[in-house]
Amino acid sequence: MLVNILFYAFALVLLASAIGVIGSKNPVHSALCLVLTFFTAAAIWLLAQAEFLAIVLVLVYVGAVMVLFLFVVMMLDIDIEKIRSGFTRHFWLGIAVAIVLFLEIVGVVVARGLGANVDMKSGMAPVGAADSNATELGTALYTKYVYPFELAAVLLLVAIIAAIVLTMRQRKGLKVQDIGAQVATRREDRLRILQMPAEKKE
Amino acid sequence: MMAWWESLSELARSTAVSTLWIIVVTVVLILSVAYLTLWERKLIGWMQVRRGPNRVRIFGFLPGMGQPFADVIKLLIKEIVVPSASNKVLFRIAPAITLIPAFAIWAVVPIAPGFAIANVDAGLLYVLSLTSVGVYGVILAGWASNSKYAFLGAMRSAAQIVAYEIAMGFALVGVLMASNSLNLGVVIEKQAGGFLSWNWFWLFPLFVVYFISGVAETNRAPFDVAEGESEIVAGFHVEYSGIGFALFFLAEYANMILIAALTAVFFFGGWQSPLNGYVAADSSLFQIPLLGPLLNDGTHWLAFKLFLFLCLFLWLRATFPRYRYDQIMRLGWKALIPVTIVWIFVEMLMAHYKIGPWSP
Repeated sequence: MLVNILFYAFALVLLASAIGVIGSKNPVHSALCLVLTFFTAAAIWLLAQAEFLAIVLVLVYVGAVMVLFLFVVMMLDIDIEKIRSGFTRHFWLGIAVAIVLFLEIVGVVVARGLGANVDMKSGMAPVGAADSNATELGTALYTKYVYPFELAAVLLLVAIIAAIVLTMRQRKGLKVQDIGAQVATRREDRLRILQMPAEKKE
Repeated sequence: MMAWWESLSELARSTAVSTLWIIVVTVVLILSVAYLTLWERKLIGWMQVRRGPNRVRIFGFLPGMGQPFADVIKLLIKEIVVPSASNKVLFRIAPAITLIPAFAIWAVVPIAPGFAIANVDAGLLYVLSLTSVGVYGVILAGWASNSKYAFLGAMRSAAQIVAYEIAMGFALVGVLMASNSLNLGVVIEKQAGGFLSWNWFWLFPLFVVYFISGVAETNRAPFDVAEGESEIVAGFHVEYSGIGFALFFLAEYANMILIAALTAVFFFGGWQSPLNGYVAADSSLFQIPLLGPLLNDGTHWLAFKLFLFLCLFLWLRATFPRYRYDQIMRLGWKALIPVTIVWIFVEMLMAHYKIGPWSP
């Protein structure tokens, strides 16, 4: 009962903030609405006893991704009118994509039953032998799915290196501080003590 | 009274008990923050051969002890100025957003042997995720103020916190490997066995990295470029006055207490006594009246360790000049993160050869 009330409360907030993401005029407000959406989604996952996923959602998306996103959005001077001018034109495309996505999710959950482990009535995540979510996920990732897991890790590493390599370019005439040189500086390099004979009064 | 209590449902009873604990912890925290501000001014005063605040007394006694209350009352009755071109809603909620995580994390911190308000299995992840939420308050305050100085401060702070969070997370990965659990209670229990079996001994580089990142995360000196007064006036909270400013202040000190507590929990055995492990649990030493319980495990050890780390925070502030911004970034990305990664590999070897925390 209580879980149901909480679920509907969080779901309402989630939907409202999701609409806020696409509806608000200010891109910073949109980004903040997205943060709220992630938070409520995490709360709903907590209700489904998927505490590991919920906390990781907050950790990764709210704590890191959205901070950088907000960072960029605040720095850019986005002309919102220009972006919104295409809203009605692309509206139907958006609806179509949303419907396809919804059908796909329903297909995965209902037709495949997520490996037939989901109890559709209670809707709770199945509780396995180990009582902790993190333990179970860890066991699955490092035993059964160890190769896909490591493959994904290597792929991410490649992506990180690629991003750095693509954006790193040496411009000419760029003044860069060499901290090693700065620290290694001795007094003799910077300071010259002159001996000036004092002027004599004639 | 007891019968009425028994008649309540399980849910109602646990909610009531938790609420009571939350109120107790919050009140204690707020009082600690108040006296931490005084202790900071006193300690730094002594370090710099001054006296520190010594005028406001409580009922004519204890010179200086009334200072926190005088400060709070002054800030409360000051006018709150909201800049006319600011984003009013965000401007008002930003201080609250910085403050909430600093208090919410205490839910999972084990404050007494075997007790935390919420004994969460993924407690360590909860700590990490909430510490990363605190940055929003700073960013929003800087942006909503619609002021260049505030915005510059917010940008600096955001980049700094994101950078140091990675080092912090990696340092905690090392703690995870040593304790084999995400539960903070288990993290402490795994360190049992006295002063030298606490995590700091085998994970010393990680402890140093964690504490430095903690100082950087709380925007304390020498990492306080977000409010570097010589460059950008007061940084992200330049437009805040009265209680809005006080909330940022409160959040900063609450975060300091939190980082000190977490360092004690992760690396110094939390509530464990340093004697625990050298002296048998049923030894006659612990039977001595008054002194015995003090030497045994308990919340007072957590408080004591926390106090030492807080003094370290203040000592750093009294001693070091502010870092230059590029040096902060360099330290975070090029020094602290590689150290943690190397030490995780070392831990891997230790685990393989069954050394230290992994010894059977």
